[in-house]
Amino acid sequence: MQDRSKLLILLFIAVVFAGLFIGVGLNADNYQYFLSRRVPKVVAMILAGIAIGQSALAFQTITNNRILTPSIMGFDALYIFTQTLVVVLFGGLSSYVLNDYLNFSISVAVMLAFSMLLFSFYFNSNKQNLMVLLLLGVILGQLFGSISSFLTMLMDPNDFATLQQSLFASFNNIKVELVYLCAPLLFVISALLFRLNRVLDVFWLDKDNATSLGIDVKKVTMQVLVLSACLIAISTALVGPILFFGLLVTNLAREMLRSYQHRVLLFGVSLLSVSSLLAGQWVVENIFGFSTTLSVVINFIGGIYFLSMLLRNKIV
Amino acid sequence: MALLTGDAASWQLMMTSRIPRLIAVILAGAGLSIAGLIMQQISQNRFAAPSTSGTVECAMLGYILSLVIFGGQQIWLIFLVSIFGTLLFVQFINRVQFKNAIFVPLIGIIFGNVVDSLATFIAYKYDALQNLSGWTVANFANLLQGDYELLYIAIPIAIFSYLYATRISAVGLGKDFATNLGLNYQQILVIGVMLVSVMAASVVMIVGQLPFLGLIVPNLVSQFYGDNLRRNIPLTAVLGALIVLCCDIAGRVIIFPYEIPISMIISILGGSVFVFFILRGQKNAG
Repeated sequence: MQDRSKLLILLFIAVVFAGLFIGVGLNADNYQYFLSRRVPKVVAMILAGIAIGQSALAFQTITNNRILTPSIMGFDALYIFTQTLVVVLFGGLSSYVLNDYLNFSISVAVMLAFSMLLFSFYFNSNKQNLMVLLLLGVILGQLFGSISSFLTMLMDPNDFATLQQSLFASFNNIKVELVYLCAPLLFVISALLFRLNRVLDVFWLDKDNATSLGIDVKKVTMQVLVLSACLIAISTALVGPILFFGLLVTNLAREMLRSYQHRVLLFGVSLLSVSSLLAGQWVVENIFGFSTTLSVVINFIGGIYFLSMLLRNKIV
Repeated sequence: MALLTGDAASWQLMMTSRIPRLIAVILAGAGLSIAGLIMQQISQNRFAAPSTSGTVECAMLGYILSLVIFGGQQIWLIFLVSIFGTLLFVQFINRVQFKNAIFVPLIGIIFGNVVDSLATFIAYKYDALQNLSGWTVANFANLLQGDYELLYIAIPIAIFSYLYATRISAVGLGKDFATNLGLNYQQILVIGVMLVSVMAASVVMIVGQLPFLGLIVPNLVSQFYGDNLRRNIPLTAVLGALIVLCCDIAGRVIIFPYEIPISMIISILGGSVFVFFILRGQKNAG
């Protein structure tokens, strides 16, 4: 019962801030224009919040620890790298760049290949050293970042303009056109993930227990990896990379909610991340007056939280 | 060729642009590699370096603070902030004594991220973001006579660390051992950190970030020559200078009439070598 009231409070916060974003200053004269500008922005933030929260939660469950999230493992950087590479290889006007569906599937395919690679390393090494995997992910993320900026230096300025348009989404420059592509996709993926909720409950116990309780560990890992790669692609496409956000919301959700059931956790983490994204962006826009960006604030808070987690050895 | 015939214009070009650039490349490469070597000794960790211990980011923070508070670049403040940040980090990792060597660079990188976002926050607030990013992207192209002289600080630092080498390696054996040998552990630690921070901060100030350089060069040297610190210092310096020089030339050749900032080339190269080191270390351990 208590969890349910917490979820209701989060939902309330999210609705209030969404209302603030859409409603402030609206009147009979301007509502058409304001709504056409504001509604997609709010929807984009909601979609991104859900995608980040759920992917991080599922990823943590299948790796059975609380500090790995897809963005820390360099997935966001990989998305940007893929986009850059596509523009370099095929030119800014090719259908691979301009067709949203095609472009999106390429990115997801590359991210899948990358996650397979990391995971074959993770599952095959004898000691399964989490820290090595983590450091590897961080360094690879930086490496992808610098290769992308290297390629952008070499690029034709016209191509770069295309790339910049499709690439550098951020909270202040949300990609509104993608909203209608991502919304149904996100809905389908979340539904699939939600169908797995009981399997994930068992998975959190750890791999050996899951196997003895009759779960095909390899198959489920694969399914969840595919789903979270899609989710990360959605969120990066909409709002750009945010390093520590997934880590922050999943851990807060796990601490806030008493339940260990993913049925509850998946909802909780989505609501938490949506409400904190909306609230944070509102605070940045209206109280700081745009004098900073939300990703900077998230990186600062999330980084300190991450350090303190490493230090308290809260590594499950 | 024009030099031989005594063309005055080409002589001047050489003296004001080419020679300073060469000297800056050599000093920056050598100095940063030595800084990495010392850092690895005092933190007793193979993966420690100015770029994986927050030193560079602290220097950026100091730069922003000096811009905001004094309206100009105050060298002492930059040094002070980077020394303080690195000292904090070193004290911290020496106190916690991790079992796993991988922990140290991980915490250092995240610490750097946090300091970096703090610097970005301040820069954003005072509209100095472009200034900051222009300052940190390493590029030797705009160094002219009169811009690079601060880098000469690398020479006394190299000599000083050469003289101090035995004590620093004693500190590298651990606190108890160093104290047993009759050394003032804290004092040497602080001196070592000061050497590293001043060196790294002045390279960032003049050239920009050269990520992973201080990390890979000492590791490459100790791969072939063992761990004798005093003997390794000159070798490290030469190898570091050589690598930076090659990368600089590569950056000028790839898109010829233009130039690629050297920081990108170094970070791609260094990052790949670093990944290789981690994977190989893993194989040996497993």
